[in-house]
Amino acid sequence: MHRLLTDEPGQKMLLLGNDAIARGALEAGLAFASTYPGTPSSEISANLFQVSRETDLYFEYSTNEKVALEVAAAAANANVRAMCMMKHVGLNVASDVLMTLAYIGVNAGMVIVVADDPFMFSSQNEQDTRYYAKLSGLPMVEPSSVAEAKEMVPYAFDLSERLGEPVIFRTTTRINHSNGIVTLGSIPPRSPKGDFAKDPFRYVCVPAVSRRLHVRLLDNLKRAQGIADESPLNTVEGGGAWGIVCNGVSYNYVADAVKALKIEDRTKRLRLGFSHPMPEALIKEFLQGCEKVLVVEEGEPYMEEGVKAFAQEAGLSLPIRGKGEDLFSRLYEFDPAMVRKGIADFFGIPCESPAPPDLSDLPEIPQRPPTLCAGCSHRATFYAVKKAAEGLDAIYPSDIGCYTLGFLPPLSMADFVVCMGASVGTSCGFSQVTDKKVISFIGDSTFFHSGIPGLVNAVFNNHNFTLVILDNGTTAMTGHQPNPGVDMEKLHLSGYGRVSIEAVVKSLGVEHVTVIKPFKVKKSIEAIRSAIEYDGVSVIISQEMCSLYAKGLKELKDRVFTISDKCKNHRNCIDDLACPAFYIQNDRVKIDPDLCWGCAVCAQICPENAILPLKKKGPGEQA
Amino acid sequence: MDITRLIIVAVGGQGNLLASRVIGEAALLSDVPVRMSEIHGMAQRGGVVESAIVLGDAKSTIISDGEADLLVGFEPAETLRALGKCNQGTTVITNLSPLSPFTVTTGQATYPNLQEIQNLIQAKTARLIAFDATALAKQAGNVMAVNMVLLGAMARTGILPISADSLREAVRTKTKKAFVETNLKAFELGFAAVE
Repeated sequence: MHRLLTDEPGQKMLLLGNDAIARGALEAGLAFASTYPGTPSSEISANLFQVSRETDLYFEYSTNEKVALEVAAAAANANVRAMCMMKHVGLNVASDVLMTLAYIGVNAGMVIVVADDPFMFSSQNEQDTRYYAKLSGLPMVEPSSVAEAKEMVPYAFDLSERLGEPVIFRTTTRINHSNGIVTLGSIPPRSPKGDFAKDPFRYVCVPAVSRRLHVRLLDNLKRAQGIADESPLNTVEGGGAWGIVCNGVSYNYVADAVKALKIEDRTKRLRLGFSHPMPEALIKEFLQGCEKVLVVEEGEPYMEEGVKAFAQEAGLSLPIRGKGEDLFSRLYEFDPAMVRKGIADFFGIPCESPAPPDLSDLPEIPQRPPTLCAGCSHRATFYAVKKAAEGLDAIYPSDIGCYTLGFLPPLSMADFVVCMGASVGTSCGFSQVTDKKVISFIGDSTFFHSGIPGLVNAVFNNHNFTLVILDNGTTAMTGHQPNPGVDMEKLHLSGYGRVSIEAVVKSLGVEHVTVIKPFKVKKSIEAIRSAIEYDGVSVIISQEMCSLYAKGLKELKDRVFTISDKCKNHRNCIDDLACPAFYIQNDRVKIDPDLCWGCAVCAQICPENAILPLKKKGPGEQA
Repeated sequence: MDITRLIIVAVGGQGNLLASRVIGEAALLSDVPVRMSEIHGMAQRGGVVESAIVLGDAKSTIISDGEADLLVGFEPAETLRALGKCNQGTTVITNLSPLSPFTVTTGQATYPNLQEIQNLIQAKTARLIAFDATALAKQAGNVMAVNMVLLGAMARTGILPISADSLREAVRTKTKKAFVETNLKAFELGFAAVE
C-alpha cells in the first residue's frame, strides 16, 4: 500500500512538502487530479499517480497545464472534488482558462496548486504567482511549513466550495522540497463520479453571460475578503509598537529572528496564510498602534503595496517598508540571517551573527555543472547535427528539457531558450529575418505540450528551418513522467492510447520528415544534412530512449566500451562529445566502465577505430 | 530546546538524501523537532546536492552562511566549497575520497590538493574530522554505503541532539531491508573512525 494511504489518524510521519500536499488532498476527499509535471511541484503528482493505481482516485498527466486545468475544471463543475498541480510558469500556459473559469466558478471544491521557484533552482524565471490571484480575482492561500501545507489543503477545498470558486494554493520551493513532521488525519471515501446540470446562463461565457458573471466574481471577492478577515490562516502574534507583516517561508525566518533578537514582546507579527484577497479589516486594525511596519516577503512587493493602500485609506501615515536597496530585495530567495539583519536594521537594534570565514585564500574549486548523462541520446543527436551543419552559420533555438544542457561547450547547441514550445515559434521568426539556416530542438513531451501550434504556423506561413524532435520516450527532466508518445505497456499500464510524433508531423503537412536513430552516427549525419538542405520546413525525429529511464526499465545495452592501445590520443571523443564516462589518466583517455552506457557513439567517431566493446556485460556491473 | 544546524553536501548519487532522511526519522523517534530542506534539481545529472537539517526549536528549514554547527561533506572538494556555511565554532566531517568533476577528468580544471583542503578547513573551523569514508564503505561490503559511514561519524561527535541508538534504529527500520546489515556495519565503521 502507498505510504500516503496509511489509515492511522494521529500517527506522525516525516514527509516532504509535496507528499504532505498530496496527503492533505486525500484527507480532503480528493477524487480527481490532473497535472503537467514541473519542478518543484512534480512529487505531488508522482504520489497521486501511484495512489490512483491502488484506489478509485482519477489521476492524469495531461498534455499541458492549460489542458490539465480544463480537465479539472470540468470535473469540479460536475461535482467532483478536483486538484490541478503545476509549476509557476505552467500557470502562464493555463492562464487563459484561469481568468474565465474565475467568472464561471466551480460546484465541487477545486484547488490549483502552483509552485513558485524563488532563486530559479530549476526554472527560467522567478515570477510571483500572487499577482495571478489578484489578476483573476481568485482566493489564494499560502502555507508556511510542511505540516501546515497538509492542513491547509482541506481548508482550501472547503473555502472553494463555500465561495464556489477555485482556490489557488501557492507554494515556494522551500515548502515543496522541505521535510517536516506531520500528524495524519483520516481519509474519507471519494466520490469520483458526478453529474453536470446544464445552465447556459452560468456556464456559457458569451458576452451577455460574462457581464453577469463578472458581477458574480466581484461579489465573491467581497465575500472572500470577509472570510479572510476571520480566517484562522491569518494570525497575529506578539505585541508592541513594531509591526511585521510576513507570509509563506518568510514567516519562519521572522519567527526565528525575533526570538534570536529577543524582541518577541516588542514586535507584533501578522502572518497572512489567506493572502488574496488581503484581509482589509484585520490589516487596518493591525496597523493601529504600530509606530512602524516592516513587510517581509520573498518576490514582489505584493503585500507591501496592499498594506500601504490600506494605511492610506485608514488615514495612517506611519512608515511602512519592505522592498528597497537598504532593505529586502525582489531577487532570489530569503534566508534566516538576511531576515534577522533586515529586522534589526529597520528597528535599530544590534544584531550579532557568527562571522562566516574569510574565503579569500581558497584555491579555485572546479565547477561541477550538471551535464547530459553518459549515453544520453541528446548528445549523440547534437553531435550529428553539429557535423551535418559544419561550415554553416546556423542559429539553434532550443527548448525546455534536459537537452537545454546542450548549450554548454563543446556541444554549444542552444542559442535562444524562452519557454515551453518556443523553439518552434522563434525558428519561424529567426529564419524569416536573418536568412541564416535555423535548426531548432524540442523534446517529445515539450512537442506535445506546445510545440505543435508553432509547427502548424511554420507550414502555413511557409517558413524555412529544420526542427529536430528529440524523442527519448519519456518526460526526463522532471523525473520520467509519461507523455502522449510514451509506450505505457513498458510501465505495465494498460488502457492508454499512444500518439505517434511522426504521424502528427506528417499530418500537419510537413513534407520532409525523417526518423533517425542517433546512435547510428553516419546515417544520422546524412539524414540531417538532407533535412538541412531542404528548402522549407523539415523535421528530424531522433528516437532513442533516455538512458536513465532505460536503466530504470532494465533495458540495458549489450556491452560497454574501452579504449584500446590503438589510441593515438587525437581526443576527438572527449573533445567533441564530453561524455562523463571519459576520464584522463596519465595523459591517456580512459572510459569508466561503470558509467559507460554502451551507446557506441565514441567508437564510431574515433579516427583510429581504437574504441572497442569490452565484453558482453551491462553497465553498472564490474567489467 | 537548543537549535542544532547541520549541512550535508554531496555529489548526486552519493546517498545524501537517504542520510538526511535517516536523521529525520531518528529525530521523529526521539521526539526532537526537525525540519529539513534539500536542493536536488539536477542531482541525477552530476550536480551538487545540499541538505540542510535544523534540529530543535526553530522554524526555518534552511541555514544561512556562517551558521552551521556541523558540516558533513561526502566529497572533499564539495566540503571545501561549502565552507562558507561554517564559523569558528563549526565541526566539519569530510570524506577524503575525491570524485573528480568532469571539468577535472577532462583536464580543463585542476582538483585542489587534499592536504591543502584539510589545512584550510582546519584553520577556519573548530574541528576537522577527515578520513576515507569510501574505503570504509567498501570494507563494510558496499561502496554505496559512504552515507552510512558518515552517519556513524556524525553520531560519534555527539553534536546532534539524537542518540546513536536512535540513529541505528532508523537505519534498521528506514533503509532497504537487503542493505540493513551492510548499512549498520558501515555505520559502526564510521562511528569508530572518530576519536
